[in-house]
Amino acid sequence: MIYHDAIVVGGGLAGLRAAIELNRHNVKVAIISKVHPIRSHSIAAQGGINAPLGNHPRGGYDNWEKHAFDTVKGSDYLADQDAVIRMTKDAAERIYEMEHWGCPFNRNAEGKIAQRPFGGAGFPRTCYVADTTGHALLHTLYQQTIKYKQASERKEMVIYEEWLVTDLVVEDGICVGVIALDIISGRLEAFQAGAVIFATGGAGRIYGNSTNALINTGMGMAVPYWAGVPLKDMEFIQFHPTTLVGKNILITEGCRGEGGFLLNNKGERFLEKYSDSKKDMEVAPRDIISRNIIREIMTGGGFDNSYVHLDLRHLGEEKIIQRLPGIRDICMEFAAVDPAKDLIPVQPGQHYTMGGIDCSTECETNVKRFYAAGEAACVSVHGANRLGGNSLLDTIVFGAIAGSNAAGHVRNSLDKKGEGALNNALKHAEQRIDALCKSASNESHTDIKIALNKVMDNNVGIFRNASKLKEAVNEVKTLQERYKRIKINYTGKRVNLNLVWALELNGSLDVAEAVIAGALAREESRGSHFRTDFPARDDTGWLKHTLAYFTPEGVRLDYKPVNIGPFEPKERKY
Amino acid sequence: MIKDKVFFNILRFNPDNDKKPYFQKFEIPFIRKDLTVLEGLYYIQQRLDNSLAFRSSCRAAICGSCAMHINGKYRLACNTLVLKLKSDIVTVRPLSHMAILKDLVVDMKPFWENYEHIKPYLIPGKSLPTNGEQIQSPEERTKIDVVIDCILCACCHSSCPVTALHEKYFGPMAFINMSRFLSDTRDNAKEERLAIVNDEYGVWRCHTVFNCQEACPKDLNPSGSIANLKMEIVKNKI
Repeated sequence: MIYHDAIVVGGGLAGLRAAIELNRHNVKVAIISKVHPIRSHSIAAQGGINAPLGNHPRGGYDNWEKHAFDTVKGSDYLADQDAVIRMTKDAAERIYEMEHWGCPFNRNAEGKIAQRPFGGAGFPRTCYVADTTGHALLHTLYQQTIKYKQASERKEMVIYEEWLVTDLVVEDGICVGVIALDIISGRLEAFQAGAVIFATGGAGRIYGNSTNALINTGMGMAVPYWAGVPLKDMEFIQFHPTTLVGKNILITEGCRGEGGFLLNNKGERFLEKYSDSKKDMEVAPRDIISRNIIREIMTGGGFDNSYVHLDLRHLGEEKIIQRLPGIRDICMEFAAVDPAKDLIPVQPGQHYTMGGIDCSTECETNVKRFYAAGEAACVSVHGANRLGGNSLLDTIVFGAIAGSNAAGHVRNSLDKKGEGALNNALKHAEQRIDALCKSASNESHTDIKIALNKVMDNNVGIFRNASKLKEAVNEVKTLQERYKRIKINYTGKRVNLNLVWALELNGSLDVAEAVIAGALAREESRGSHFRTDFPARDDTGWLKHTLAYFTPEGVRLDYKPVNIGPFEPKERKY
Repeated sequence: MIKDKVFFNILRFNPDNDKKPYFQKFEIPFIRKDLTVLEGLYYIQQRLDNSLAFRSSCRAAICGSCAMHINGKYRLACNTLVLKLKSDIVTVRPLSHMAILKDLVVDMKPFWENYEHIKPYLIPGKSLPTNGEQIQSPEERTKIDVVIDCILCACCHSSCPVTALHEKYFGPMAFINMSRFLSDTRDNAKEERLAIVNDEYGVWRCHTVFNCQEACPKDLNPSGSIANLKMEIVKNKI
């Protein structure tokens, strides 16, 4: 058994920020990540990170209250307002900190951090590093992690790369550690810890048409879910309006922020035809634009019945190379399209999991010593629809809060607990894997995964209704049954991707079940969740958070109130 | 014309069972215009041989996981289109100068050690503003434009003949990242940084063969960074 004072699962922005915060409180920490930290999905964030710095000439009157209001309105009033206020109040400090740590933000004429307009924001408040902001931020935080690692005298900062966490171990309502599989050697190990933070990212790959990295299977949400921690608001899935047709690689909102147009097959800026995007056009919020793109395609305005065009040509080659170089590379490499000369074929695709591990503004969960942060968590600051540029902010604000609170706990009571429970869990995990490897059945986990992706794309997408969702419930139930009969053809210990993917698929299926159950129950339309059979928002019945609890018989739903603060819910008009 | 199949010839090695690496040939019975080498590997792993091991994550050329040697060149599997290779056979080997853990997965420890060796973090040296950013003009910021895009994929490391010979050689990745910090007006550790690369296994050991520059999937220029570092060392000694 390995012991660490604190364990952070996940090496993306939220995880690294949490680990650094723990170390700054002089707490020994280990990061356990399924991939090398620099390969985490945070790296793929493009457009930027929000903070009301007021550095843009038109941003002079911006402040944290306006940022909070935009975030709450964008969330269709489902976000907890105390959490949003905490995030927007901390925003500037966290951004300056990243700058001090070396993040190479683009600059305005005064040499301050440059900011660009983004959807749903009253002021240009999105700080950016060209169109590779996630890459710059993650590299900066990883660099800081190295600094702390080099300052370690007694392994104060340790990183376990390429370890998959399979179990969260809870005894009497207290988290005592995790079980993890060393992917390289195939060895299972029990990790005992004084506190555990999950920062494992989103569950985008339960869908096929997703912008997410292939590693975002939802396993990081499933593991605490299995251990009794509820998942919150899982039905709220963000579909990004502009992903490259075919591969669904993200084409940043920054393209539209910088002045790009969306065009139909007649070359018209069709967003003006729809009342909710008429005013803000290409910088309306993501849920609205995604729906209007689909409406345009369904009424014959698309190409091949599947996409529309993004036009950047009028920005000119120089601006594209300077502000959107990554997008230019993606278009040229994956679609042989030069954005300075050609139109980019785009379609909406799954992008972000607004829901996640249910936690408080302090990142605490219903299990003591267990915390969550980043996309894996649902605080909730994004509610029913996240504004572009708020997810990166979420990671570093709540990563720091989770780290600080976990540190407070560890420093106050350093008692090692749960050795028996950990040994038991380890034994169970070994038996589970052994049984998988010895299975005499013949179901292929690849086939099940493909079927899951298909039903999520077709039935749990942008426009939903009861009959499609019921179909999805049944299909996932069938897939869960089939999963019980999967066969692992390769049973070697060393780098067994077959086993890793099979283990993760179990998580994907159960997380998908929670998404569908929440969506079927919620008989209203709010933010990203649009029910064609219930097209209006219903504050009387549904201004509440969904909680999904795991039971062996399937998901059990419960609800809890939204924290309403200074911003009274009203109709969300743009 | 789009053909109806393609062969993948993959270097296989499992140190637990195999005495030495060997090539194994797989047939992919279809080919699409936008089929990438990474998608081909997934097809083989999931449909033909569940024991195949490789790394991947973002599949969009930004995370740096899937660098490997493909038809004569180190590149990313995710943004390499099979049709662009203009060959019926896609030959895939792992990165070089690092031990094979299994198949296309190598032990990148020496590479990460090179990165850590150069102190890859901003050393500001002067007091930071208490509530605000450090000021950097757009012109000053432009200087680091060409060096911040490294994705740490190790294509340069694997293509370098000097890295092949000397395990202790820092390698091109370390140098381009060192110049990232030296070119940043907010960094204040010039002497310390130049002293690090002015080493027996530092910049002077580079043979200037430009392999790194050709290999970089992000079109960066580590060779240029090495030349600049050499110049800075000389200037500062004088």
